[in-house]
Amino acid sequence: MRANGSSQLFAYLVRRLTLMLVTLFGISVIIFVLLRIVPGNIVDILFDAAGYVDPADKANLTRELGLDQPIVVQYLHWIGGLLHGDLGYSFVSEKPALDEILPRIPITARLAGLAIMFSASIGIPLGVISAVNQGSRLDYVLRVVSLSGLSLPSFWLGLLILMASVSLFGSMPIFNPNPKTWTEAFAIYCVPAMAVGFRSAALTMRITRSSMLEVLRQDYIRTARAKGASRASVNFHHALKNAILPVITVIGIEAAFLIGGLIVTETVFNIPGVARFLVEALRWRDYPIVQNLVMLIALVVVTANFIVDMLYAVLDPRIRYTD
Amino acid sequence: MDAINYDSELRRAGAHSTHGWRKLAFLAQRHVLGAIGLTIMVMFVLAAVFADLICRFSPLSVDAVHALAAPSGLHWLGTDSFGRDVWSRIIHGARISLAVGIGSTALGSSIGVMVGLTSGYLSGWVDLVFQRVTDILQALPLLVLALVMTAALGPSLPNVILAIAIPLVPTVSRVIRANTLALRELPFVEAAKSIGMSETRIALRHVLPNTLAPLIVLATAQLGSTILTEASLSFLGLGIPEPYPSWGRMLSESAAEYVRTAPWLVIFPGVAISLAVFGTNLFGDALRDILDPRQRG
Repeated sequence: MRANGSSQLFAYLVRRLTLMLVTLFGISVIIFVLLRIVPGNIVDILFDAAGYVDPADKANLTRELGLDQPIVVQYLHWIGGLLHGDLGYSFVSEKPALDEILPRIPITARLAGLAIMFSASIGIPLGVISAVNQGSRLDYVLRVVSLSGLSLPSFWLGLLILMASVSLFGSMPIFNPNPKTWTEAFAIYCVPAMAVGFRSAALTMRITRSSMLEVLRQDYIRTARAKGASRASVNFHHALKNAILPVITVIGIEAAFLIGGLIVTETVFNIPGVARFLVEALRWRDYPIVQNLVMLIALVVVTANFIVDMLYAVLDPRIRYTD
Repeated sequence: MDAINYDSELRRAGAHSTHGWRKLAFLAQRHVLGAIGLTIMVMFVLAAVFADLICRFSPLSVDAVHALAAPSGLHWLGTDSFGRDVWSRIIHGARISLAVGIGSTALGSSIGVMVGLTSGYLSGWVDLVFQRVTDILQALPLLVLALVMTAALGPSLPNVILAIAIPLVPTVSRVIRANTLALRELPFVEAAKSIGMSETRIALRHVLPNTLAPLIVLATAQLGSTILTEASLSFLGLGIPEPYPSWGRMLSESAAEYVRTAPWLVIFPGVAISLAVFGTNLFGDALRDILDPRQRG
């Protein structure tokens, strides 16, 4: 029996990983084609700014950047390099794309991690409180607050924070990769992370609430209450344990979708992370950077989904993966 | 003790009224937040439709003398660095937000319905192909896909609508597909088949109407996020091009620089975005409770 179970799990994992590869391949094709249907590439942008230029110079630069080759050749060149860890060169800085992207990853990862921690530590308890007090005034207020959390654009929230910081301290936090004091680190990382995480906190709260409401209606909760278990024990021990599964899905999906919030927030706070880098690269038509960044984002999303699925089995022994 | 007659109680409250306004009043009473949301949405629609009547200034007219003027009796919400009236830019901005919101939601939902219905109804390799494409599109966050698409297509109103509509397709098609799969097995579909109805007719006349409720719920929920996405795109400078007054664009012009000197440029466009999205979210929640009670939270 046991051997059978593990071979089923193996088959599931193989299938799952194959699908991930198919998805990533699909993304690479779509992005590559999308970027090349653009009228005007970086050569045009550079030369437009210069006014009239010799067409021969333009042709030279096009050849130098490999933009004169058929699109299939360009694609194979990119994917071939990618598989060897060679991401090509940035058109703008002319440095290897890998060297441009790698140092920016920890900054964004730190922000994303803090934002997730913030949203879970605010969203889950508030969701439980809201569900336990269903229909009360507190529940009503919390629901309206969470809905407004979903309605505030995170870049505006960021701007409001900057505004508050100017009126309180007379200055704005300026990014520094190696903060010296705790307060500086807080201003640089935690404040933007809160601006990003506010929306996910609201979402987490809503999901926790509806999932808790579902569980609180079940018989075993009534049994636990009848046995005289304390309110806190019923709510957090008995109920939340079973209500947490959908919450984890949402946090997992949100983890990937935080990238949307990070793009605007890094722009507002002037943080040199990967998310803002994508916007800059898009403006400059820096294909090698855009392609690789989009692949990186897709990889993060696909991996997050995979981790969530695996966590399911760990958290809920009833779930078994079969083919 | 008198037994409560629920039927007469409900009748008195207006639950049975079929008359449009009475029914609306009954629902509004039961869903106060939804009614507030609807009111906000109607306000924005009216602002968009009658923008020219509401504003004293053209949203595009430049007035160097009054550049960066603070809110006053003349310019209710102040002016921007070109001396353009912020109030009229916000009111006219409602047109852009609504056009993008409604346009991309409608476009994305229509494509999603077609894909989902075909996928669920035909199954087989068509379903498989559509499913994989859906997976691929879902592996990118809405904003990232929309960003790359607007960058590729070029910034203009139709392109922004398209760029936001495409990422919406997977969610809609998933829901419609799941519904179609369930509906396909029901006796009424079998009955329709047995009297010789064509597959297309069954799909369009019998299966599709039964998926409308979840579709409406989903579309309303997405309306808010499309408005937010347009604002983000424009804020990043890859959305609606100048000089059109888009709320996100107004914020990008005023970002950081004017936080110190002209806070009205930062506050008001953000209030407009948040209020519009908040309204659709409130309304969407109530709509879900009414149309799809199983999902009620």
